[in-house]
Amino acid sequence: MAKTISLYGSSIGQKIVSAFTGLFLCGFLVIHVSGNLLLFKNDGGVSFDHYAGALSSSVLIRSIEILLFAGFAIHIFWGIRGWIFNRRARPKNYAEYNPSESSSLFSRIMLLSGSIVLFFLVVHLKNFWVPIRFGAQDLSDYDLVRIAFQSPLYDFFYVFCLVLLAFHLRQGFQAAFQSVGLRSLWLKAINMVAIIFWLLIPAAFAAMPLYFLLAKGGR
Amino acid sequence: MHITLNIWRQKDRNSQGGLVTYELSDVTPDMSLLEALDLLNLGLVRTGVDAIAFDNDCREGICGTCCLQINGRPHGPLKGVAACQIYMRSFEDNATIIIEPFRAKAFPIVKDLVIDRSAFDRIIQAGGFISVKTGGAPDGNTLPISKHTLETAFDAAACIGCGACVAACKNASAMLFVAAKVAHLGRLPQGQPERKQRALGMVAQMDSEGFGACSNTYACQYECPKQISVDNIAFLNSEILRAKIF
Repeated sequence: MAKTISLYGSSIGQKIVSAFTGLFLCGFLVIHVSGNLLLFKNDGGVSFDHYAGALSSSVLIRSIEILLFAGFAIHIFWGIRGWIFNRRARPKNYAEYNPSESSSLFSRIMLLSGSIVLFFLVVHLKNFWVPIRFGAQDLSDYDLVRIAFQSPLYDFFYVFCLVLLAFHLRQGFQAAFQSVGLRSLWLKAINMVAIIFWLLIPAAFAAMPLYFLLAKGGR
Repeated sequence: MHITLNIWRQKDRNSQGGLVTYELSDVTPDMSLLEALDLLNLGLVRTGVDAIAFDNDCREGICGTCCLQINGRPHGPLKGVAACQIYMRSFEDNATIIIEPFRAKAFPIVKDLVIDRSAFDRIIQAGGFISVKTGGAPDGNTLPISKHTLETAFDAAACIGCGACVAACKNASAMLFVAAKVAHLGRLPQGQPERKQRALGMVAQMDSEGFGACSNTYACQYECPKQISVDNIAFLNSEILRAKIF
């Protein structure tokens, strides 16, 4: 029994890193969606602009932002690294392979769903985070969001990506607890809380463009 | 019954290999799939063709030797059953059955459907045992074990090491096998002194053999002929976390 492993270099370590960073990013989603619910307040965007302005000027939030970017970077890097590692484990595929019988689609397309969410993230940052954070526009933050969501094409892309995010979280949230060894202990609670992450949060985000497109008619 | 068999034929470890089609009549519904292969081999040998090599031993579903990928699934279409316990009544008349070896970098093909699973043996050698002297059989109840612990350890001990978990996993991960062994011994009092080294050593060996990592699809649990639970993988993950951090 002389052999041992480094936590981060091992197959289990990479899952544990993905789990902790994934749960950290889930925490960010809660905060993000909570603040953005102010978009639904019918006050012409006053509350949302106030909230967005407070975020931009807060030193604490800006420090957390660095942590958040680090969380994304580690989660993405470890995900891709793990995928490459796993591909090497079966150099020759089966002529006939029926994985749909034994596992869910969500669980098998984590790299694909994650990649689409990453693409969405880049577009999202360019459209909202960069102008709001660096203040390079004349529009209020609320108007920036409102005008962006007037485009049905952009809204379709936005909602499509959120469906993929829902897929990613449907598998990822419970898997994170499995990877740190807690899933079987708290199974019922995890499955209930998971609904918040894979259903309610993506649905709330998806409601925002639909609200501006349909209910507000672009106003 | 008449069946068409598409079987992976490969001369040796370094050959290319490919699926070869065989037509087989005179199959009865009560014949096992391995008996149908025996029948096919009898015909092949009589015509001077090399018999199809496939691993089998007990033919009672308890030894884990008959590792065949049948129609895209380890051990075939039934749940909780090893390949040797698949009977021809599970297939339609005139069915086409595709039989391949389990595929993983860590399970190189020896010939046809026979694979080298000695990677599992080396994982066991890296910690899947208890090395304390146990002496004679102890008196009953001298070593109290709770009913729950006993049951979960016994469920994990039911693993027959067939490799279906590796075959089913899209990453060819051996995590369920390793987890079953670690959970079996790690839950019992006798396994405590070597608990930490066991988990670390077996995972290190598993990684060095070239198996993939678990990505929690739980296909292994579904396809396992002994229905070993993925809760054992959670146990293994927590063992590693505890050993390395706490």
